[in-house]
Amino acid sequence: MGLVDKGRMPKPLASLFNLGRSYSLWVYQWGLACCAIEMGAAFGSPRYDVMRLGVIPLPASPRQADLVVISGTVTDKMAPAIKRLYEQMPEPKYVISMGSCANCGGPYWDSYSVTKGVDQIIPVDVYVPGCPPRPEALLEGVVLLQQRIKNEDMGARWRGEGYKPLLGKGQPQPIVVGGGPVE
Amino acid sequence: MTDLVDRQKLSYIAAQAADARLNVELETEGMTLNIGPQHPATHGTLRIIVRLDGEQVVWADPGAGYMHRGYEKLTEVRTFPQVTTLINRIDWLGSFANEVPFILAAEQLMDIEAPPRAQWIRTILFELSRIANVSLFLGDLGVQLGAITPVFMAFRDREYVLNLIEGATGGRFHPNFDRIGGLKDDLPKGWIDETRQVMKKLRNFCDEIENLLFGNKIFQDRTRGIGVIPPAVALQYGMSGANLRASGIDWDLRRDQRIALAYDKVDFKVWTHPDGDSFARCWIRLQETREATKIVDQLLDGIPSGPVMAKVPRIIKVPAGEAWVSTENPLGEMGYYVVSQGELGPFRVKIRTASFNNISIVPWVLRGVYVPDIITILASLYFILGDIDK
Amino acid sequence: MAPLSDAPDAPALASDTLRESIVDTLRSRLGDAIVDVKLVPGVDLWVRVRTDAWRDAGLALRDMGFHYFCFLSAIDWMPSPYGRGEDDPTAPPPERKTEIVQGYTGGETRFQVFARLTDLERHVGITIKADVADVVDAADGDHVIDSWVTNYAGANWHERECHEMFGIRFAGHPDLRNMYLPTDFEGHPLRKDFPLLARHVKPWPGIVDVEPLPDEGDDAAAGEGASDD
Repeated sequence: MGLVDKGRMPKPLASLFNLGRSYSLWVYQWGLACCAIEMGAAFGSPRYDVMRLGVIPLPASPRQADLVVISGTVTDKMAPAIKRLYEQMPEPKYVISMGSCANCGGPYWDSYSVTKGVDQIIPVDVYVPGCPPRPEALLEGVVLLQQRIKNEDMGARWRGEGYKPLLGKGQPQPIVVGGGPVE
Repeated sequence: MTDLVDRQKLSYIAAQAADARLNVELETEGMTLNIGPQHPATHGTLRIIVRLDGEQVVWADPGAGYMHRGYEKLTEVRTFPQVTTLINRIDWLGSFANEVPFILAAEQLMDIEAPPRAQWIRTILFELSRIANVSLFLGDLGVQLGAITPVFMAFRDREYVLNLIEGATGGRFHPNFDRIGGLKDDLPKGWIDETRQVMKKLRNFCDEIENLLFGNKIFQDRTRGIGVIPPAVALQYGMSGANLRASGIDWDLRRDQRIALAYDKVDFKVWTHPDGDSFARCWIRLQETREATKIVDQLLDGIPSGPVMAKVPRIIKVPAGEAWVSTENPLGEMGYYVVSQGELGPFRVKIRTASFNNISIVPWVLRGVYVPDIITILASLYFILGDIDK
Repeated sequence: MAPLSDAPDAPALASDTLRESIVDTLRSRLGDAIVDVKLVPGVDLWVRVRTDAWRDAGLALRDMGFHYFCFLSAIDWMPSPYGRGEDDPTAPPPERKTEIVQGYTGGETRFQVFARLTDLERHVGITIKADVADVVDAADGDHVIDSWVTNYAGANWHERECHEMFGIRFAGHPDLRNMYLPTDFEGHPLRKDFPLLARHVKPWPGIVDVEPLPDEGDDAAAGEGASDD
């Protein structure tokens, strides 16, 4: 629609689109290590079913994905691949960093080959701490992300300004599951 | 069973020869294909560069290291209990099994033996982690060959086992429950009965998978005669676990090695298969999962009472020495060579992981196979990236 | 060593006569290439051979029945100049040991390669070690020892890992490139003088004393003054 391209979007329409977008996320799961198994349990097992939140796993390629969940340790050798695949995703895209290895390096904070947190490479929207976080924690992260998307100014994103809250006192900085600031 | 394999082998070889003749006639150029590191069909971040001649692989080279976290260096700057926390995450599916050889090596250096109750519970948790690990293998096997249903069943039934491990240790994954000298805690009330129920459910799961997957003609055609590894080659590369037993070698560290776990108190069968192909490897793991449920039932019947922790000093300093302990982990033989110089932490820990040796055979076994069979062979060899890359 | 289960007639138990016979057979094949032997009865066997007999020792063991190649790696016996990276930056640096002390079966050099082989028929394993030349090979700048690729095909990957982690070059290895690390990685991580930079950039949080509670601060100062005699 021309409104979105020109960067002007009336707020009620933006809210409606946000509602639709937040409930139809296509998740590109970047499963690296142990957190990938918990992510698989969240996405694949009938106990912590993530599809009831409207999030579908297994897109055919990153070009069709809205959301990427980086789960597991990011090594310096793997980092360029993550950057490349993140750039292949079309806007609007969101990143959930799952597990302490992806948040900040985790138990391998002093290793010579581990990138201390995936936010050194790509911008992160939601941090899910844990080692590994329970599947319920990941679902909480998805729910918080959905709330964040519902309050997003789509015009700002299309103008290239990144995430901006739409109404009231939104939080432009990333969310941490369990509360607390991001240092 | 052997007739099918011979016939299939011959037709496979004939097809490869026909393709080779065609490639020579058409003078096709080789193509280099890069599989991974991020790929839906590999088990993790493994990169395999193959050079193809038509549809056949001429040369294959796995590029590991995308999950290399530097374990051996990290253990040098941590104390012994801190190392236990870290090494849970090497083989991240069956994580209790990673702690056990290290703790046994440290106990060997300290000249301590865990009380019998601790040894039995260790063995039960070891077998539970084996069931958790291999049941996911059976699910993933389907996914990698194109059958999507078994993985959901695997995750569902694995949740029962993870519930049990969480009930006993507090963590679904990475329990960090083993301590030098015993265990952290005793079993909760009602856990033993719960485990018996879960073992019945797991046996049903094994039967379901056998019917669904192993009886399927597509599965049989895709795995029989593919990726044959002769026993002499398997020994040279140091393959272990189900991969070795699938080539016909009768070697199981649970039975063939005296170690401070309760395996000598139970009867179990060690499954072998003469063929050495992908089907043999998958089939053996299925039988071993069933066998593990039977081992757990036997162990539950006879847990001795007593303390779960021996008398250990509060600050643990392991005396100087070297010890090597290896156990039959879900993936194969995993061992730790612990060098201590009397400090709070180890001086050097060499982690011998099963998947490193299992995957070192990939350049040899992938020569001459077709492209779809690459995934089949990798699926049947069954590796965990943390195990290869440490 | 810890006594394991008390079944004296367990079939999988390898007795010392078995390990002693292995040592005798090895001595008859290698002669004086065996420098040291440590045999702990009922537990394990360690043998150290001369550096130039490393490949022959592997071949001899393979012919003696040790067909299963477990692993091959190296040890750097120099004590770490950084300790465990938990030093308080405000305190003077602690005294550290600098003497190189080797472990079982001794040694004369800083680096030693060691390998583990198993005999599946007799249910026994052996750890075999060798010193690696201290004198750095002038042409390549690496410590050199023979490769085991001709003995066991599986040694290929183990030697690649050993080379990138310690800087030991295996003469005769067909393809000695990095296993785990990117090709442009500088340094050999498992050497003791390779620092873990994250521990040096930021002081370890466990050193810092816990901050006193607001009303405890003055009392603590007064108490300290009183106790200083």
